[in-house]
Amino acid sequence: MRVAIIDTGTANLASMLAALRRVGANPTLTRDPAEVAAAERVVLPGVGAFGSGMAKLEECGLVAAIVDRVSAMRPMLAVCLGLQLMCRSSKESPLVRGIGILPIDVVRYPNEHDGARLTVPQLGWNEVVPRPDAELITAGYAYYANSFHLAAIPEGWTGAESVHGVPFVAAIERGPMLACQFHPELSGPWGHDLLRRWLERPTSC
Amino acid sequence: MLTTRVIPCLDVNAGRVVKGVKFSGLRDAGDPAERASVYEAQGADELVLLDVSATPEGRSNATDTVRRVRQVLGVPLTVGGGVRQVDDARRLLDAGADKVATNTAAVEDPSLLDRLAATFGSQCTVLAIDAARSARGFEVVIRSGKERTGRDAILWAREAAARGAGEILLTSWDRDGTRSGYDTELIQAIASCVNIPIVASGGAAHAGHLIDAVNCGASAVLAASILHDGETTVGDLKRALANAGLPVRL
Repeated sequence: MRVAIIDTGTANLASMLAALRRVGANPTLTRDPAEVAAAERVVLPGVGAFGSGMAKLEECGLVAAIVDRVSAMRPMLAVCLGLQLMCRSSKESPLVRGIGILPIDVVRYPNEHDGARLTVPQLGWNEVVPRPDAELITAGYAYYANSFHLAAIPEGWTGAESVHGVPFVAAIERGPMLACQFHPELSGPWGHDLLRRWLERPTSC
Repeated sequence: MLTTRVIPCLDVNAGRVVKGVKFSGLRDAGDPAERASVYEAQGADELVLLDVSATPEGRSNATDTVRRVRQVLGVPLTVGGGVRQVDDARRLLDAGADKVATNTAAVEDPSLLDRLAATFGSQCTVLAIDAARSARGFEVVIRSGKERTGRDAILWAREAAARGAGEILLTSWDRDGTRSGYDTELIQAIASCVNIPIVASGGAAHAGHLIDAVNCGASAVLAASILHDGETTVGDLKRALANAGLPVRL
């Protein structure tokens, strides 16, 4: 199955390419808005800062194509910064406007919680607890590498939560759209199974 | 909650895993991709691959090794060794690393950390510190332990975090490969002065050592010799951590 990965230049795409190949997909890299609009399945990866990520999407003219896909509920997988870019804004780059599909402002983890020190960035495996109505996301452990997070699952989506001092959004899903704060491509067999379910999910559901 | 990571470390020279004592006397410990698969199946939370070769040919071999390991590895991969500039990091990331560790080059030019963090993000920027005990505390050593710098390891850790390093891979030069346990005083000293995760390295002989390191503030523990020699498995180590009440992914 062909999957178009949005190549924003800074993300370490080799892991995503390797994982998608391992689950039987045929991933290609693109920054062409027409291709992002037309592809059956699209991955919006993300490593790096909110501001530079948005700048890259705007420079390539990709924002409208992403908004159109989500409005039309067409299959998309956003990962880590990719999820955050879908939001309205982020404390990481306060002057930058996000894609804005999700009415959420991304915030940073506190440095401590209940008197206990929290490491920031969160680097490592954390437990994922899905809502009962989640269809793609299952319970398990996922690998995270993030300093910023979404505090609550937006209305109209379901998903899963994890806790790093405070509860935060592990992933959200709606039909064939999945957006993960964690890295499914680095989350071992559990993450690969999630990728497989997203790939096998009917394009309209 | 966030779990404690157990991370096998592959020192790689000329396409083979090697292991020494106090950074020298290297002996062969297998094929990197094969070891990577075995450790992931055992439950490794992540893998560190350190290129310990010292020649340009060795460096290009290392990129191939990273590529081979990436094909089979479905958990995160940190790669270090010979990262002197942003382009070196990019080459390793393109080959399949998820994080890049820098050591000697960052000591010689600390602004490298700022540039790496600005380009790839803090979550991708790992500072490896090799620290040796000295009369005044803990001293940073570079060039695979061959050169003492006079630089205080605690101050260096604090500066690195401020410059954008997102994780510290902390190796005790005194304990590396000796199986006498991690240097817990070193771990405590560094972990108490920075907010970024610390990966403890150097000296692990058994699960008890790992537990000590975590109780002193390490977010993750690195092990090499005891795993390569087949004395224990990642799974056994993680079960021991769990039995000690530490959160792990089993």
